[in-house]
Amino acid sequence: MSPEFVDRSRARSLDESDIEAIAVGAAILGTGGGGNPYVGSLRAKEQLRAGRTIEVVDLDALAPDAMVVSVGGIGAPVVGIEKIEKGDECLQALRALEEYVGRPADAMVAAEIGGSNSIEPMITAAQAGIPVVDADGMGRAFPEVQMSTYFIYGHVPAPAALADEKGNRVLYTRVQDMYRLERLARTATVDMGAAAGFATAPMRGDFVQRYAVPSTLTQCLELGHTVARARRERRNVVEAVRASQQGVRLFDGKIADVRRELKGGFAVGRVRLDGIDGNRGERAEIDIQNENLVFRREGVVEATVPDLIIVLDADSGQSITTEVLRYGLRVSVLALPCHPLLRTPEALKVIGPAAFGYPDVPYRPLAAEGSHDATVSG
Amino acid sequence: MIRIGIDVGGTNTDAVVMSDRTVLHSVKTATTEDVMSGVVAALRQVLDESSVTSDDVDVVMVGTTHFTNAVVQRRDLAPTAAVRLGLPATASLVPMVDWPPDLRESLGNHVFLAHGGHEFDGRTISEIDPEELWRIADTIAGHGIGTVAVSSVFSPVNTEMEHRARDFLRESLPDAHFTLSSEIGRIGLLERENAAIMNACLRDLSTKTVTAFRNALRDVGLDAPFFLTQNDGTLMSAETAEEFPVLTFASGPTNSMRGAAFLSGIKDAIVIDVGGTTTDIGALVSGFPREASVAVEVGGVRTNFRMPDVFSIGLGGGSLVSDEPLRVGPQSVGYRLTREARVFGGDVLTATDIAVAAGRADIGDASRVASVSPALVEGALNSMREMVQRAVERMRLTPEPVPVIVVGGGSILVPDRVGDLNVIRPDHYPVANAVGAAIAQISGEVDRVFSLAEMPRDEAVAKAKAEAIERAVQAGADQDSTQVVDVDDVPLAYLPGNATRIRVKAVGDLSVA
Repeated sequence: MSPEFVDRSRARSLDESDIEAIAVGAAILGTGGGGNPYVGSLRAKEQLRAGRTIEVVDLDALAPDAMVVSVGGIGAPVVGIEKIEKGDECLQALRALEEYVGRPADAMVAAEIGGSNSIEPMITAAQAGIPVVDADGMGRAFPEVQMSTYFIYGHVPAPAALADEKGNRVLYTRVQDMYRLERLARTATVDMGAAAGFATAPMRGDFVQRYAVPSTLTQCLELGHTVARARRERRNVVEAVRASQQGVRLFDGKIADVRRELKGGFAVGRVRLDGIDGNRGERAEIDIQNENLVFRREGVVEATVPDLIIVLDADSGQSITTEVLRYGLRVSVLALPCHPLLRTPEALKVIGPAAFGYPDVPYRPLAAEGSHDATVSG
Repeated sequence: MIRIGIDVGGTNTDAVVMSDRTVLHSVKTATTEDVMSGVVAALRQVLDESSVTSDDVDVVMVGTTHFTNAVVQRRDLAPTAAVRLGLPATASLVPMVDWPPDLRESLGNHVFLAHGGHEFDGRTISEIDPEELWRIADTIAGHGIGTVAVSSVFSPVNTEMEHRARDFLRESLPDAHFTLSSEIGRIGLLERENAAIMNACLRDLSTKTVTAFRNALRDVGLDAPFFLTQNDGTLMSAETAEEFPVLTFASGPTNSMRGAAFLSGIKDAIVIDVGGTTTDIGALVSGFPREASVAVEVGGVRTNFRMPDVFSIGLGGGSLVSDEPLRVGPQSVGYRLTREARVFGGDVLTATDIAVAAGRADIGDASRVASVSPALVEGALNSMREMVQRAVERMRLTPEPVPVIVVGGGSILVPDRVGDLNVIRPDHYPVANAVGAAIAQISGEVDRVFSLAEMPRDEAVAKAKAEAIERAVQAGADQDSTQVVDVDDVPLAYLPGNATRIRVKAVGDLSVA
């Protein structure tokens, strides 16, 4: 972490209210999944109360040969709210990597900004005394390790490390590909009690600059502030969120049916919506698999992964995760265009509709606000 | 069977006498500062005015907000120790970490982490260390603390660690009260632990309060067994309430909704309970309030109680009405309504005055609102209709027409139709909450993660159902009338072997020997 690898002169330090705002924004960008950031945000605040600092740097603060490591929690969200972390699981995974490569990391970066893993790299960075980069590998949440821009654009699967609260460390020194890494890590994590800290192979600063989704911590922070401001001023939170992100308000509806089943360890389901307010008389559906995947109006697909499909409580603007979707809830469905890095042919192979079991659903990029009609007509 | 139901609210203490399913008589009295003298007065009045003598009464049911208010107002809370089993896990967040500092301080902030706890699949995180627990017990004893909350990771899946830890702690704390988190809450360590700690800090008060209720009953010559209502609309014995005061939280809205279902004979409906300051809107599903699915805060503390899903709006009989701009509520004259409202001789224009001016109700002196402009009356009525309609839409379960049941003292504010829905005002609607207490049943609940690798889903659900029924019967339900009212089955993502979390609730009539 010597100064030549990261320019910390323009680093920003986060305070407790920033962390609260980031948690709100991260829950929204979780698009229904990603785990609840509540426990993580409490842990991050405890870091500050213990006198540590959480410093955020922009991508351009990284030197080309800086060593940047992505960490995050891996496991089942339900375990995350019950078996709370010892606190240094990710740090131990990072240390395992550092010992293996013989060099300390210069900065942390998130793999997944949506949900609880937005916070984890900040905690590890505070513990390690290094900054966290204002970027991530998804710009949202996805269920599996390989679904980040890092791996999509050629990052190596090894070395990677897992650590649990009991002091166990697992180091993967050679892994055939990113899909195998996901499976190996998932299996070991279950043995560790379905919750572990995970650190993937060190990345060079120039690689992260090129392939990370930029400024997503700032985006979370702004989302959180937007929500807080709208609540304070008693304005409609859903509309404030949409406007601040140039998103599309797809549908206002009431949940008429939720069906769920398990497929290969993933909660797969479909939510039916009956239109309310401006959408009265219309029907829509959202397919879910941990995250919200596909939105259809009257059977016609209007938005799909990797674009962000966000479900908010229609009245309070509270983001709603897929586990708490239930009959009778009044919700607003927003869509935000994903980052261009997620829309390339290489990316769509890994995170397009086909990768989630929709080979017949072509990906049609969601247009930003203003050109909505062009999207719907398809 | 003759039963008395009492609801002790912030403003009113209501009492009803019922013979089986018939309301014989009801009274509405003011809640007193010391609570108990108001309870005695309400009991005396309801017995005097009905032809029932205290000897005829088989059972008394009490609904109270006493314990909720104690936490909200931070009074009468006992110094409490919180012991969590889970090390080396969970060390990053100590118990009470997310409490408002003043509440944490009023409990003394005595928190301890120890080894123990389970994994999601029942393996142990670490073994219990008796020496460690004895040391903790000595520290607790040294501080003179008499009430302890014990929590353990995944205790809803396996309760054994909490029980063993209590036994070890008790060796040095023979007289302490113990609250085990698995007896109170569901999965979600912090929220369940918070509920257990809140319960623990109310243990002194609960003993005092239950004794005071017992004395109040004795004062009016009642020696029937008595029960308190819990937040899911079912009963617990006085002894259980003494042990689990936290389970009375939010029983008020629940009792109103249960009473509304009983009085109207309708099991699926929207219920509007109009009080003096606020209106609570909830949904009845199969005769029980729908539960909230998000974390509920009590006194600033996050919990995962079984709370009714209630939406409150700032509209009540005492809501202030102003012109230019037209506004109804949320400010209210509250319990001063009978002094300050125009129709009662005061000079504040309230929602009640508007209802009288519109000819909806004949209360007080109607001539005192004759000068209110028709435009204002019309505008205020529209505004109230709009508020109620929006809230009802929010709680409505289906596009099909559902009945709307209106209860509570301020019911005159609600028009005869809400949007496309018909409004029902059952007999005795002003005391629906006391009726809800009187008719409350006994429940048993199971909330556990099952591994479907070990048993098929149907078998797991059947097992959970049988266990829930058994728990209800153990708690005092009549076996024949006990049935499963709710089954919820949520598959857990990212776990192989298809783990699923099953929640079952069974309910039966109170069995009176």
